[in-house]
Amino acid sequence: MNLLKKTQSKYNYSIILLKQLVITDFKLRYKGSVLGYVWSLLRPLALFAVLYVVFIHFLKFGGDIPHYAVALLLGVVLWNYFVEVTSQGLSAIVGKGDLMRKLSFPRYVVVVAGSFSALINLTINLFVVILFIIINGVVLTWSALWIFPLIVEIFILGLAVAFLLSALYVKFRDISYIWELVLQAGFYAVPIVYPISMVIAVYPAAAKIMLLNPVAQTIQDVRAAVVWSGTPTVATLYDNPYIRLIPIAITIVLAVAAALYFRKQSASFAEEI
Amino acid sequence: MNNDEIAVSVKNVYKDFKLPHEKVNSLKDLFAHPFKKRKKVETQHALKDISFEIKKGEFFGIVGRNGSGKSTLLKIIAQIYQPSKGSVAVNGRLVPFIELGVGFNPELTGRENVYLNGALMGFSHKEINAKYDAIVDFAEITRFMDQKLKNYSSGMQVRLAFSVATVLADSDVLLIDEVLAVGDAEFQRKCFRYFKALKKQGKTVIFVSHDMNAIREYCDRVALIDESAVVIVGTANKVAREYDKLFVAPEEKSTIKGQGNRWGNKDITYSSLTISPSLIIDTDDLVIKTKLKVNKDVKDAMFGFAVKNGADVLMYGNNSKNEKIKFEDLKKGEVIELEWTVPGILGDGEYFVNVSAESTNSEGYDWWDEATKFAVTRGTIPGMVVYPNMKLDAKREK
Repeated sequence: MNLLKKTQSKYNYSIILLKQLVITDFKLRYKGSVLGYVWSLLRPLALFAVLYVVFIHFLKFGGDIPHYAVALLLGVVLWNYFVEVTSQGLSAIVGKGDLMRKLSFPRYVVVVAGSFSALINLTINLFVVILFIIINGVVLTWSALWIFPLIVEIFILGLAVAFLLSALYVKFRDISYIWELVLQAGFYAVPIVYPISMVIAVYPAAAKIMLLNPVAQTIQDVRAAVVWSGTPTVATLYDNPYIRLIPIAITIVLAVAAALYFRKQSASFAEEI
Repeated sequence: MNNDEIAVSVKNVYKDFKLPHEKVNSLKDLFAHPFKKRKKVETQHALKDISFEIKKGEFFGIVGRNGSGKSTLLKIIAQIYQPSKGSVAVNGRLVPFIELGVGFNPELTGRENVYLNGALMGFSHKEINAKYDAIVDFAEITRFMDQKLKNYSSGMQVRLAFSVATVLADSDVLLIDEVLAVGDAEFQRKCFRYFKALKKQGKTVIFVSHDMNAIREYCDRVALIDESAVVIVGTANKVAREYDKLFVAPEEKSTIKGQGNRWGNKDITYSSLTISPSLIIDTDDLVIKTKLKVNKDVKDAMFGFAVKNGADVLMYGNNSKNEKIKFEDLKKGEVIELEWTVPGILGDGEYFVNVSAESTNSEGYDWWDEATKFAVTRGTIPGMVVYPNMKLDAKREK
């Protein structure tokens, strides 16, 4: 009974702190800017506009794929989410070094709070996507509901990477540069601006490997569920149903490893920052 | 002893810090020389085998010099650091006041900061709501609560931080680290009143301070930490005395090198200097014994001493000329012995002794500032001279 109460109060603390940190982050995010929250919509829209003009309008990517513009926007929004979660996660612990050195509170809350802030942003962005879906005349089916478990998957993946990076960054400050490069390369290694069918046409084997990346897998799956059921996914590229589970397995393994590593390291954050 | 009566128990706590002489902070180092032996790692033992127990309702002090390991111990009790060995058990909720206003954000309003700071200490929105008015009242800044913190004066920020901490901290154990020296005099008095109230309410408080007067006033028991270990745990008076002793070796004997600031032409030099007692507990006389060597024939000389307190204020002093003792035609190789006897009339504190050897026309042979030091600890008012011929007649009538 006593133990139960103790566990409960421990989680209460985390939840109280988590709530407050997310609220604070939300309040602070666009403080002092004239357009405020509009920026969280404008940023992905601006990127989308550039990509649309360059790749769809001039380079004719996407050719006869139905609603490719919506698929592009969806890809940009999801990729931006992953970038935001991981880059914020990277500096979550070091950035709050002052707090770490002077207060004892559950360390992981800081990282989780960053992920939730990004999730709120993603939600706002998805409303814009819905607007485009309506304008573009995409017919939504019940399969669109798959978006929820898929967002859960990318949330867990982002959180896992954030945990790993935040703990590593305390020890190795090079991580921030390395991760910047990884994200830059990732933007092209994940089918965001180009349809995966272009890769399939040239190097089918490469396309198969690319889709084992959980980020690519979720983006393609979301596109298939929401925009066009003909979008190539892991399920359509591989016949073996077990191989389809690889991206999910990667996510789970990464999450467990990251959680264990973070837990081990977090005891000495206060001393090492 | 019943376990429920213990608020905090520190058991055989060790803390080591590994200090690499050159920290491997980049992957390049790691990859460039993967097999190279890393730079030497020095292990610093910040705490060695610390054990004590704090009872519920006790006002417990922790004192120690800078670098004694006191702050590390504090962070371990606050569970910010993990002990390398041993354990700390806290019975109930502990709120640390290690630093005020940690996590305050200048871009948020005073009100928002109260909730944020509260959450960092684990208080829910509801709990803070209930105490919000009390916090604002205590800080005396009601009008400014909806302004951004960056527009506050630093005094206002400190007051707000202190109020949040004090009002929210109706926890089982409070950890207070020298935060008293904040705010203006009026607010300081208020804080002291608050600590007195805490004492009355029977709260368990751990109080870390350099200020022996505050320690004497509030603490039931005190632990003295020095050189990473517990020296003594006892009553405030007893520990305060031990604390003062730390600043003085048992018989302070200045050998000639090292200490203090020294200059002069070296025609005559001090070759030894002894002060006894180096710790005045009763109204002993203070004896300053010096030996001097004449290195070169000189026409005349005079010798003096001065005693100053820790704040560099001169307390008293004298010289041979003043005492009508003349030193003339000193020859090379002569040895002069001088013994000053001075009444030990100083109040509690630490004092430094300057000595001088010079010619009557102010040619400096050997000036030596802070050549040695001594301490007074007998429960008198610090910094004040207690003249032997002072007298107090008191009468009471009904």
